[in-house]
Amino acid sequence: MGMPVAVEIADAAADENIFAAVFDHFTYIDEKFSTYKPESEMMRINRGELPERDWSDDMRIIYMLSEETKQRTGGFFDIRRPDGTVDPSGIVKGWAIWNAAKIIEKAGFGNFYVDAGGDIQTHGLNAEGPAGAKWSIGIKNPFNQKEVVKTVYVSGEGVATSGTYLRGEHIYNPKDGRPANEIVSLTVIGPNIYEADRFATAAFAMGAAGIRFIEQLPGLEGYMIDRDGTATMTTGFEKYIKI
Amino acid sequence: MKKYAAYVLSAVVVAAFIVYWLVSRPDQANMAANAGAPAGNAGTTGASGTPGGTPAPAPTTTPTPAAAGNGYKDGTYTGPVADAIYGQLQVAVTVSGGKITDVSWPVYPDSGGHTLQVSQSALPALKQEAIAAQSAKVDIVSGATQTSQAFQQSLAAALAQAQA
Repeated sequence: MGMPVAVEIADAAADENIFAAVFDHFTYIDEKFSTYKPESEMMRINRGELPERDWSDDMRIIYMLSEETKQRTGGFFDIRRPDGTVDPSGIVKGWAIWNAAKIIEKAGFGNFYVDAGGDIQTHGLNAEGPAGAKWSIGIKNPFNQKEVVKTVYVSGEGVATSGTYLRGEHIYNPKDGRPANEIVSLTVIGPNIYEADRFATAAFAMGAAGIRFIEQLPGLEGYMIDRDGTATMTTGFEKYIKI
Repeated sequence: MKKYAAYVLSAVVVAAFIVYWLVSRPDQANMAANAGAPAGNAGTTGASGTPGGTPAPAPTTTPTPAAAGNGYKDGTYTGPVADAIYGQLQVAVTVSGGKITDVSWPVYPDSGGHTLQVSQSALPALKQEAIAAQSAKVDIVSGATQTSQAFQQSLAAALAQAQA
């Protein structure tokens, strides 16, 4: 998927085997779904070289999950690009992180997080025993990547941020004057990273209306930052800012 | 506490984004009619999401003259009734004062006849604040490290309309 992956396991019993298993999983995902790797299964499908009957099970799963997400989001989530090719990264990332967390959990570990490209699945606490506290996650300042502008405390939730690199550039549609980048960052906290990621992707595409979409979805909270540096949060978001 | 952080980087993300953006530009002439972009610009949504799907019919719109210089033209834009696997789907977006004020799904497959509505009047006012740098040490940082696919789509569509 072309992004850094970080895994931290607080349990003392963790050794290099579990980390190897997790990174092997991400390599598998990347080689299957990456739109930057010409020989990935995804790119072969995009070039019309792979008929549907020959698709892998995981590819079929992603297509089905994507279709369900497209309906749930009124079409604002869509893996099909305007030119007809498919880019599943908006849903594969969360799904892959979620599955990586399941690998760690099945191996018997209870305190960890998996972070791929700033989307995070947490589990348990940041230390074993009485010293442990909820995992603290800082939301990056979209205008200065070295700063954190909000801290949330989670244990078991998934946290996903959709956003853009294009800072300070106001891209307008000259026909109606609407900026194409009115919001620059939208963080979603959900029961797991798969839910948080897919809805963060869809909500970001809705622009400023995205935070209201998250508000009406049960179980999800959001924190949206617009290009003027104003943040808007859902009504239940503030339960996550307390340790 | 044992910490083992390792990084897997299979591409230079920023360069890849720039390359993708440059490569996608020649296709913009075909994108405008099918943009899955943020609604309000003619209201088309996700024309086809299944392999071999059929193109969506033209959207119906009832635009009125713009209320202000910035933003979308006021009115209600209804996307095409898309034939999803589980039924039919349609999205309607209302623009007022140049801004999206309502997003609703008049036809929704699993809603049991209810409409799924995101309306400014139906929801409580959401709390706002100016962002400010915080100095607390955190375990993990969440933020965009690459452009989201959704933004890429909306950007491409906006540029397509700019050139049309």
